[in-house]
Amino acid sequence: MAGPDKNSIAFVATEVIPESPPPARETGIVKWGRENLFSSIPNGILTLVSLWLIYVILSSTLPWILNGVWTTSSLAECREVLAGKTGACFSVLTERWNQLLYGFKYPTDAYWRPNLAFVLMLVAIAPVLFFDLPRKMLVFTALYPFVAFWLIWGGTIMAPVVALLGFVIAGAFFQKFGRSNFALGFFGGAVIALIVWSIGGALIPEGASENAVLSAVPSRDLGGFMLNMMLGLTCVSLSIPLGIALALGRQSNMPLIKGICVVFIEFVRGVPLITLLFVASVMLSYFFPPESTVDLFLRVVIMITMFSAAYIAEVIRGGLAALPKGQYEAADSLGLDYAQAMRLIILPQALKISIPGIVNVAVGLFKDTTLVSVISMFDLVGMIRGPILASTEWNGVYWELLGFAALLFFVVCYSISQYSQWLERKLHKGH
Amino acid sequence: MSELISDRAIDRSKMQVSDNVAIEINNMNKWYGTFHVLRDINLTVNEGERIVIAGPSGSGKSTLIRCINRLEEHQSGDIFVDGTELTSDLKNIDKIRSEVGMCFQHFNLFPHLTILENCTLAPIWVRKTPKKEAEETAMHFLEKVKIPEQADKYPGQLSGGQQQRVAIARSLCMRPRIMLFDEPTSALDPEMIKEVLDTMIELAEEGMTMLCVTHEMGFARQVANRVIFMDAGQIVEQNEPEEFFNNPKSERTQLFLSQILGH
Ligand SMILES: Nc1ncnc2c1ncn2[C@@H]1O[C@H](COP(=O)(O)OP(=O)(O)OP(=O)(O)O)[C@@H](O)[C@H]1O
Ligand SMILES: [Mg+2]
Repeated sequence: MAGPDKNSIAFVATEVIPESPPPARETGIVKWGRENLFSSIPNGILTLVSLWLIYVILSSTLPWILNGVWTTSSLAECREVLAGKTGACFSVLTERWNQLLYGFKYPTDAYWRPNLAFVLMLVAIAPVLFFDLPRKMLVFTALYPFVAFWLIWGGTIMAPVVALLGFVIAGAFFQKFGRSNFALGFFGGAVIALIVWSIGGALIPEGASENAVLSAVPSRDLGGFMLNMMLGLTCVSLSIPLGIALALGRQSNMPLIKGICVVFIEFVRGVPLITLLFVASVMLSYFFPPESTVDLFLRVVIMITMFSAAYIAEVIRGGLAALPKGQYEAADSLGLDYAQAMRLIILPQALKISIPGIVNVAVGLFKDTTLVSVISMFDLVGMIRGPILASTEWNGVYWELLGFAALLFFVVCYSISQYSQWLERKLHKGH
Repeated sequence: MSELISDRAIDRSKMQVSDNVAIEINNMNKWYGTFHVLRDINLTVNEGERIVIAGPSGSGKSTLIRCINRLEEHQSGDIFVDGTELTSDLKNIDKIRSEVGMCFQHFNLFPHLTILENCTLAPIWVRKTPKKEAEETAMHFLEKVKIPEQADKYPGQLSGGQQQRVAIARSLCMRPRIMLFDEPTSALDPEMIKEVLDTMIELAEEGMTMLCVTHEMGFARQVANRVIFMDAGQIVEQNEPEEFFNNPKSERTQLFLSQILGH
């Protein structure tokens, strides 16, 4: 007998119930529809209402898109071609394509430079995003910021080389002394980097940029979607390490460090980004020595990075708090020191928990880069609101331009979100 | 409960207690805020000794053994481990921690690392053992706890008993001279309790110095050479297991034993 009899209490299994395949899934589109769309009267009504909504939206937008005009050189011409029919004037996109992507001052013959930087960027972030790629590729990732800087800003190659040199020497110093004494290695390294930069900066001859291989482009000539990408990528990659440091600092036992981190985070989170950007554009120059002209791009990067680092720090703090205390104790009991325990045990797990939150901040940050249009930088939105919509040819083509901006941002943000979901699945280790 | 592990004769040939002192605790006190958790603890453990610590819940057993590797800080008195005094000096703490292994009630394996990586992590980073050698050692100990075939799995894919054995192997990979166990079996089902206790017995047979907080009185009878009874933060009674179980002196011990052994 395979199962106990209804009427008896005592039972001993005498045979092993053989394994059998699971019941076959019932299929068929009609069945699917009945189960998912019309399973009850309210559901049926909802389905019908949704279908009607989709129809209304498509019937009003599709003709507009399909009828779109792509080849005219002004709005008036476009209206002529359309001759009263509904249709979009996509020709603003084709005609102003370069301005939308690079801004209106970037030298036309140098567009290949940001293009190349973009392609190299894909190579550089690949090993960061996909761990299965050979680790040696990270060398290129480390060099990329300097290469990209040289490509986009041009000028003398000495500048990025000196910057790189400063980092390399400081890194070597940290390798040597940071192991035994973290503070000595860190602050000593920082001082050495500063010395290298100031000596190197003084050694670069005046006017070296004038007849350099790549002509120099000042920061105020950057613009378009390129500027959004540059700000987004720089600020995300700077604010994640800064956010980790702030989160760890906030957990620290040392009251001074903890205090600084708490005040920083709470202050920055309590201020709208737009005010920080105004500070960057107007007031930050008061804090730097009067003769130094700290680049506007750099000032904006500092502000956005600070802003998103504060948020990322809070996200990571949540991840740290979610780890059971036993993980810290196990790491301690094995004799790992603080840095090892953090790097090998605590942060990998806390960061994994924090991925959705960090991605959320990164996506928000990327979209917030459009706020720089308010301090008269000509990013994608700044270009649209300024030079393009104000021009006589294209005055009034809002939907096409802003729709295009929305599409570009959507594509990037959606990819980020898809990546993070893939990453979460990949890191899932059956617990 | 006491019958669980008695199906195997225990090889006592190597279970000798040497004269060298492994742990020495003098007049140690600890408070949580104003709550006096450990009161005037004096305890000397020789190399090769196997000590079982018993006592009611909240009596401070965990706190006591956690003080030995500085997971908790004591406020007065002193603790020497292998001749090194536990002070706030980080060097001493790291030295002691790398010589004292610990197993926890909830295993505390690192869920993001494979079993093998769990075992090689500390040897590689703390002892600076080359990776290959660390992996060989890890496999050796995983074989010893009888789960070498699980080496590439993640902790979340193992049963509780297997996880606890991995935790023991992970500690052993550091080649500790002293092992601390904090209720290693109390989160496990009876069947798994046996496999973990078997592993611990084997360890004892090899002469490991062990301090073990446990409610497994069968284990205490067979393996321990001293049982310590704690109540309200105090060592109330300690004795050889036979005497301790058959002839407890203090009233509190008698009450505790009658409750835990029941009937
Ligand atoms: N971090 C802490 N802060 C304050 N009090 C604590 C803390 N940890 C433990 N205690 C208290 O100290 C006392 C001793 O705790 P401990 O964990 O050592 O008991 P135990 O003997 O191991 O008990 P159990 O058998 O339940 O594990 C308990 O009363 C507990 O409430
Ligand atoms: Mg306890």
